Amino acid sequence: MSLEWVWFALVGVLLALYAATGGYDLGIGVLYAFLPRSDAERGVLRQSIGPVWDGNQVWLLVLGGALFGAFPLAYADSLSAFYLAVMLILFGLILRAVSLEFHGHGSPFVKELLDLGLFVGSLLPALLFGVAVGNLVEGIGMRAAGGGPQTTSSGLFSLLTPYTLLTGLTGLAVFLVMGSSWAALKTQGDLQRRSAAARSAMQIVLVVLVAALTALTAVTDIAKEQLSNGLGGPAGWIMLAVLIGGLVYARWGMLRNDDWRAFVGAVVTVAGLAGVGAAGLYPNLIRSDSGDRLSVTVSNAASGNLTLVLMLVVAVVAVPVVLAYSIYVNRVFSGRIAPEDVEY
Amino acid sequence: MSALLLDRLQFAFTVSFHFIFAPLSIGLSVLLVLAERRYYRSGLEVDRHASTFWLKLLVATVAIGVATGVPMEFSFGTNWSNYSRFVGGVFGAPLAIEGLVAFFLESTFIAVLIFGRKRVSKRFYYLSAWLVTIGAHLSAVWILIANSWQQTPAGYKIVDGRAELTSVWSAVINYSTVPRILHTVFAAWVIGAFVVISISAYYILKGRHLQFAHRSLPSAIVVGLIAAIMMPVIGHWSAVIVAEHQPAKLAAMEGLYTSQEGAPLYLFGWVDTGGERVIGPYLPNMLSALADLDLYSEIKGLDAFAGATPPVQIVFQSWHLMVALGMLFVLVMLVAGWLLWRRRLAYHRWFLWIMVVAVPLPWVATMAGWTTAEVGRQPWVVYELMRTSQGASPTVTASQVASTLALFVLIYALLFVAWMWVVTGIVRKGPDKVPVEPPRGAGAAAVGAGAGAAGTGARAAATGAPEEVSS
Repeated sequence: MSLEWVWFALVGVLLALYAATGGYDLGIGVLYAFLPRSDAERGVLRQSIGPVWDGNQVWLLVLGGALFGAFPLAYADSLSAFYLAVMLILFGLILRAVSLEFHGHGSPFVKELLDLGLFVGSLLPALLFGVAVGNLVEGIGMRAAGGGPQTTSSGLFSLLTPYTLLTGLTGLAVFLVMGSSWAALKTQGDLQRRSAAARSAMQIVLVVLVAALTALTAVTDIAKEQLSNGLGGPAGWIMLAVLIGGLVYARWGMLRNDDWRAFVGAVVTVAGLAGVGAAGLYPNLIRSDSGDRLSVTVSNAASGNLTLVLMLVVAVVAVPVVLAYSIYVNRVFSGRIAPEDVEY
Repeated sequence: MSALLLDRLQFAFTVSFHFIFAPLSIGLSVLLVLAERRYYRSGLEVDRHASTFWLKLLVATVAIGVATGVPMEFSFGTNWSNYSRFVGGVFGAPLAIEGLVAFFLESTFIAVLIFGRKRVSKRFYYLSAWLVTIGAHLSAVWILIANSWQQTPAGYKIVDGRAELTSVWSAVINYSTVPRILHTVFAAWVIGAFVVISISAYYILKGRHLQFAHRSLPSAIVVGLIAAIMMPVIGHWSAVIVAEHQPAKLAAMEGLYTSQEGAPLYLFGWVDTGGERVIGPYLPNMLSALADLDLYSEIKGLDAFAGATPPVQIVFQSWHLMVALGMLFVLVMLVAGWLLWRRRLAYHRWFLWIMVVAVPLPWVATMAGWTTAEVGRQPWVVYELMRTSQGASPTVTASQVASTLALFVLIYALLFVAWMWVVTGIVRKGPDKVPVEPPRGAGAAAVGAGAGAAGTGARAAATGAPEEVSS
């Protein structure tokens, strides 16, 4: 087990942690335009993610930093190749941050603008993260350059293919499952019932999209390559089991009206999806559309051993500590939110 | 315009905008801890309201800081991919560590401060304020470790055209790391102190929230005084390291075109870039004296770095502006400290007005200092290892950067307006009132009593004696 393998797995874990935490608040942001029917209900939804969204988003920053430090080529090539898409994600994240934090200060007109900002600012990343992952898997234009393969493009529309649109929609669907599961867990009354209904419907949509994605992958040669990568090995089977286990566990929770289990199932689902994607990609980080020679892989992208060891030591110590205090603090804010609890 | 120029403009604009809010968050967090400490020890309602008031300002600032900080984390990859490919093995790790050890602390526990007053114990709340402050400072530490490595790279070797880490200690504690961290953190404290002093002085002048203002002033003046005095001390340390490790930057800071023994120090001036000289009053031999403790030591001029010199006028002017303002802050804070000590602050309205309107100056100084450091590093993105012109993303086109830069300018302008609007609203509303206020209409008496309270406030903060605040 090489250090590069460990770091690939760790980047996968960080991706899963961001998807598992940031995913539900992105989902809430999108559902915000559809689920609530009054200002009070909108306030409850905002309050449900108010204390947590900022901390959740830090996993994305850590993921970015870890990719930068461990696999500089993957960080540099993916971000510059997806330039406009990444910028749209970033503008989205700016919009939603400000919309959430400044909502309490606005006039009614400003509040309506901020409501729109929260929706658009959540929809853009929720959709484009999946599109980006789809491009890593499907392959982008690469050329040989000093220091390793380098991307040849940076357009926005070249990123949108049937395959990547499908991965984008799948990402959006899983975030919506998580968001509605969170809403069902954190709200009460009529809003809670609507959230639970959305949760159930969105999970069916998700399963259909995952099936379509699997079929589309199978008819291209991506599938063959993915099976010969990590997906055919034990890691791939474990991740598939996690994905299916998450879907089943969530469904079981929904059927028993157990909101906590349904939410945990949704979190496991997204972790499984990230895991399956990662297993199919390994040892690549960015697949070249013109043959393996130009793909960015764990070996040609990795930093020196000392960097990997240093970051590993920090991660092994810090990640459990962070998880421990985040969970401890989140327990302070546990429980369903009533309209009178809304503080912003 | 070329893609490279637009890349540079976009980075300069986004990072400068972020740098309005990041230092204020750090400075305010220190004063928030001190305010919460007063409440933790006194248990008085007025102290709780004061702490909540500063928290509101901090939260509005952190919100913009977070929103504008996220793009920075990714900007190296989006616009500077060749730079990222070259330095990632050294430069990426501190960014990852910054997220893990700093951002999580700050974001998790600021949520406790915002939503947790009724949900957690007073002790845990106070602890949370500390953790937010520690998180804010740790983020400064790690980003400056990364930035200092760009200025004075160490602990690496070049393997296949990429920088590879060879010594964690040398890379992290490189030549300039420690003074640059201290210099930046104290600059943030000055900003935070000026904001708290400005708002408190405004309330005293308007005869509003007197108890609050007089209890907030002492700690802000103490923090501001310490930081303002430390600035030139650390700044000198920093400049000596620049002289040793980035001589071209030092030459640009002083507009020294030709290498010479016994180089002069300009008080201010204008660089005649065509004639390659500086017009202005100067102290002979002082640059040599300050850099080397030797009146006749040789200082290298820009002529020693042909083809690799920074834009002289910008660096010269920003450096001199920063130094002049830094000296002004020492003077102002000494006066403030003296008046506080003599309990005469409330009687000198002219001085309070100066403190009210002086509030933008620490930002001007900080931006000027930052400009000196970063423009002075040019043309290098990593000093003497990689030129900025080699670092940009080769595939990202000028029109793409132009469109994102336009959007950044538009969105950030809106953010700035929103932030000003929110902050003005918070200040206009003021802290929540304590039910028992001194009777209105006793203007002069209130100011006089306030002057006394400034002194007792300091003592109350130290002793937590509740009976002193009943006036």
